[in-house]
Amino acid sequence: MRDPLPLDQLSAIEGLLSEEERLVRDSVRRFVRERYLPRAAALFAKEEFPTDLVPEIAEMGLLGAHLTGYGCAGMNAVAYGLALQELEYGDSGLRSFCSVQGSLAMWPIWKYGSAEQKERWLPGMQRGELIGCFGLTEPDSGSDPGSMKTRAKKDGDGWVLDGAKMWITNSPLAHLAVVWAKTGDGGAESIRGFVVERGTPGFETPRMEGKMSLRASTTGEIVLAGCRVPDANLLPGAQGLAGPLGCLSQARFGISFGALGAAKACYDTVVSYTRERVQFGVPIAKKQLVQAQIVEMASEIAKGEIMALHFGRLKDAGKLTAPQISLCKRNNVGVALRVARASRALLGANGILLDYPVVRHMLNLESVYTYEGTDEVHQLLLGRALTGLDAF
Amino acid sequence: MKILVPLKRVADPDNANKIKIAPDGAKIDTTGLEWKPNPFDEYAVEAALRLTENGATPKVRGGEVVVVTFGPKEADTTLRQMLATGADRAVRVDTTDDALDGSLVARALKALVEREKPDLVLMGKQAVDGDSNQVGQILAELLGWPMATFAATLQEEAGALLVGREVDGGVITLRVKLPAVVTVDLRIVAPTSVYSLATARTHKYADGVRFSALPAIMAAKKKPLIEVPLAELSPDTSLRIAYSKFEPPPVRKAGVKVPDVAVLVDKLVNEAKVL
Repeated sequence: MRDPLPLDQLSAIEGLLSEEERLVRDSVRRFVRERYLPRAAALFAKEEFPTDLVPEIAEMGLLGAHLTGYGCAGMNAVAYGLALQELEYGDSGLRSFCSVQGSLAMWPIWKYGSAEQKERWLPGMQRGELIGCFGLTEPDSGSDPGSMKTRAKKDGDGWVLDGAKMWITNSPLAHLAVVWAKTGDGGAESIRGFVVERGTPGFETPRMEGKMSLRASTTGEIVLAGCRVPDANLLPGAQGLAGPLGCLSQARFGISFGALGAAKACYDTVVSYTRERVQFGVPIAKKQLVQAQIVEMASEIAKGEIMALHFGRLKDAGKLTAPQISLCKRNNVGVALRVARASRALLGANGILLDYPVVRHMLNLESVYTYEGTDEVHQLLLGRALTGLDAF
Repeated sequence: MKILVPLKRVADPDNANKIKIAPDGAKIDTTGLEWKPNPFDEYAVEAALRLTENGATPKVRGGEVVVVTFGPKEADTTLRQMLATGADRAVRVDTTDDALDGSLVARALKALVEREKPDLVLMGKQAVDGDSNQVGQILAELLGWPMATFAATLQEEAGALLVGREVDGGVITLRVKLPAVVTVDLRIVAPTSVYSLATARTHKYADGVRFSALPAIMAAKKKPLIEVPLAELSPDTSLRIAYSKFEPPPVRKAGVKVPDVAVLVDKLVNEAKVL
């Protein structure tokens, strides 16, 4: 039996990466394989986020690594994407923790915040001492965020927030939440962003239990009942839906790299499993039905990787557009989910055990498929861009 | 303390089966090889970092760690990687991989040591490609410095190092006066192997070589990395070792399955003749 051709050599993006990008990838790869993978199955089984790992994650510089200043690494989009891919090779829940902290909590403060707000929160968030979350989605407001019911009413030198947010990654752990609320009764143009700190009266974050996906990441609600924050907690630079959507663009780009990490973990498992698993007297990888699926997986992952790299370079050049982000997020998450499902089947009964990573990734990716713009929302966004007609 | 750590890049030991030999057997074909730092040299860098800090604040360097390697421009990556883990400066001695042997490397290092004046040269006990285990010993001889090889523990004292060496049947402890040459074995990166004068004896390191944090990788490109031509350090670039031929190990033959113990014993007695 010859050695299998590694996926990295098939897509051959190695030579297109800078020295620094390769070092970032290799360092995060080693971190995830040594520090996370040995616990991945147990954390998933116990529905537990490893809070004890947060200081190490922060020490690695993984929180807000694509931002500049305040202790952040200031990496380019490609290096950041590669880091997220290695995190998601471990678990989509681990990657989600870092994405939410970096792109959804730190980024809006970094982008829309005042100098005082940045100085007040970003260094602690980079060090992992302050965990953040992002409150946009509500029980009755998902793909249509403009319909949100949460309101902020001016009250002297502050604002009073009322409403409920749901499906909020990290909220039960969070020291602060970036909450989006309408300041008037009209449309989305009155949406503003507020930083609400833990301990503020009227701020609760009940945990949502019983998820069958992203079990190693903590999800909760944000309940705001007459929650008063001072003017100093309003993000001055964001007005209207563009505020939260700007954050989502950051996170969605990261996911287009990240999801391929989960796909690669499944692919690696399938190649080694099918080369060893003997049925009808031969390793099942010798069967054409199996090879056809392996070829399909490798082809899709390689294409996704080349696309992610191309769009990453465009992002660094400041030229990446919203339709391209939709294309890349939707394509690569779809690829990852299909790869994970096929991998689960190829492992037969073993595929349903947590002893192998495939069922964990498969279940996780159901969330990744739906969050950060569902597959269908990205279809609608692309459809609108490609035809000039709005089908929402 | 100022420490010089010589490093060698080697073909990725996890992919050793990818190594190809040129058709005439004259040399190893290095095209397309994935390079990694020699693991024992990585351990030496980790030990050097531990000797120049207090354990509690690993980003504060109480001393200087200079890394050096020999090779073409691409070998800079190996040095950058070490700058990202905490080394302060790097020197690449410009040459090609096949124009070196242990003696030449040691002669060039001697000149570099005279230029840099470190208190300690710390290096891997051997490289995992050639397994020669020569450079540290030759260098100590050329410098006329004390030497300790295969160090498993290091403890800094005023002007000296207490070196624990694992030998058959136990550990032998040497006190070497600085400056000295020390080569390290793999247990040097265990949690309680290395203590500087500033490190509390109760401190325990994470096992193994530390991770390079992402901000440190970004900052590493701003750290000084200089290039020195080999001939500037050793005008005599002749080799003492002549390699006559390389050949891959013979391909292993497939084993046989035997139906029962009787056949196994018969084969051991009559075919293998080991019983």
